[in-house]
Amino acid sequence: MEKEDIIQVKNLVKKYGKFTAVNNISFNVKKGQIFAFLGPNGAGKTTTIKMLTTLLNPTSGEIKINGYDPLRDKDNARHSFGIVFQDPSLDDDLTAYENMEFHAVLYDVPLKIRKERIEYLMKFVELWDRKDELVKHFSGGMKRRLEIARGLIHHPKILFLDEPTIGLDPQTRNHMWTYIKELNKKEGMTVFVTTHYMEEAEKVADMTVIIDHGKIIAHGTSNQLKKQTKTKSLEEAFLKFTGHSIREQEASTLERLRVHRGFRRH
Amino acid sequence: MGVVYIMWLRQLKKYWRSKPRMIGSLAQPLLFLVALGFGFGPIFQAAGGGNYIDFLAPGIIAMSVLFTAMFAGIEVIWDRQFGFLKETLVAPVSRAKIMLGRTLGGATVASLQGFLVLLISFLIGFRVINILYIPVALLLMFITAMFFTSLGTAIASKLEDMQAFQLIMNFLIMPIFFLSGALFPLDSLPKVLVTITRFNPLSYGVDGIRGALTGVSHLGMGMDFSVMIIITAIILAIGSYLFSKIEV
Repeated sequence: MEKEDIIQVKNLVKKYGKFTAVNNISFNVKKGQIFAFLGPNGAGKTTTIKMLTTLLNPTSGEIKINGYDPLRDKDNARHSFGIVFQDPSLDDDLTAYENMEFHAVLYDVPLKIRKERIEYLMKFVELWDRKDELVKHFSGGMKRRLEIARGLIHHPKILFLDEPTIGLDPQTRNHMWTYIKELNKKEGMTVFVTTHYMEEAEKVADMTVIIDHGKIIAHGTSNQLKKQTKTKSLEEAFLKFTGHSIREQEASTLERLRVHRGFRRH
Repeated sequence: MGVVYIMWLRQLKKYWRSKPRMIGSLAQPLLFLVALGFGFGPIFQAAGGGNYIDFLAPGIIAMSVLFTAMFAGIEVIWDRQFGFLKETLVAPVSRAKIMLGRTLGGATVASLQGFLVLLISFLIGFRVINILYIPVALLLMFITAMFFTSLGTAIASKLEDMQAFQLIMNFLIMPIFFLSGALFPLDSLPKVLVTITRFNPLSYGVDGIRGALTGVSHLGMGMDFSVMIIITAIILAIGSYLFSKIEV
């Protein structure tokens, strides 16, 4: 059993001063699974992903990513995963191809393989014919697709997707899930995904965890969760678990800044 | 090596692609050269200071190196806000390399900018003492640029957003510029100010660049080079340390 767990999280805690963002959570993700990590705004999803991906140091607890401790064995852990962040993380002033190349260099993909793989992936997300355009001229959906392609260049064992379909139209969303499922099947790649679209989670996820106020409040397959709550859809089950009140979330600096954006970008 | 190179290349590409920024940042030095150069020139001459353009041009070159380099460093905040920083921070490479690459890139851009200002200053009458010394001036511009890019990076590593930007501009960059000997000779200043200028890194940069271009150095070229190299090494180390501690 142990062997199959590609992500292991034990008693993970993250505190900011007195506020506990992630409160003693434990879970495992099996190799080759599509794992949905759900929760309302401010539940601790992104904080958890940041700790799993070495961007944030936990206050306490243990993490194993592909067998590596992201605190002590950073580089091995980092080689093991690809990530698509909640906010865009492309360089707008570079072309699509340059963004891909940049990633390949950072992950030390050999020159020969690099070109092939970039071409393959960019064709896969249908952006090859626009490879020399600056990313700033891309639509939100195109940027997302490029980010997914980029996250796969180094053939990660795990792909983290933090709300990958937010703000995308149904066509693009549909398309993206097709890509992701295909990869999951073909390469046996584990997918760790957070989303607010419950139908998506219900459709694609092999295993679901619901987190709220920093604690895991439900764990199981969609069917198990529906059975537990005697509901018909994952969305209803989710609302049963987390309640109907609307969560306040502080605007991120990015959102605040977007308003001012015009005044600096050329 | 690949990582340092690609970070460096990125800075250069971004600079090359933002023509409005390039032109915009040449307008200010040009304005300073023309307005101050021709405005104060006669007074400077009458006071026995010699040709003011010759005195001023190296100072304005240093100014554009200072501004461009500081902004290149502070750009870390923009990368943080627009997300790209995360992409570099989750990569399996040492952050020191990332920091070094972007600092070298920023410093190269700032030196290029300084070189462009040198060319502009030729247009309005600046003459160097010996063309062969221009590479020496360029080297010093580059070291100065390394210093201020690292300083900018160090500061930006500790900042969340651009809120503090005006503060940095008014309480750091402007005083560094005005109290560096870029605009006026330092020897006849009140004692307190002289002491302050001795602690200003740009004083050595300005003095060295002026020395290489016009043959008149106040502090001595050896002194200028040694001070700049030592403090640049120190701030580079501090900058890499702070950069490596960034959490997003």
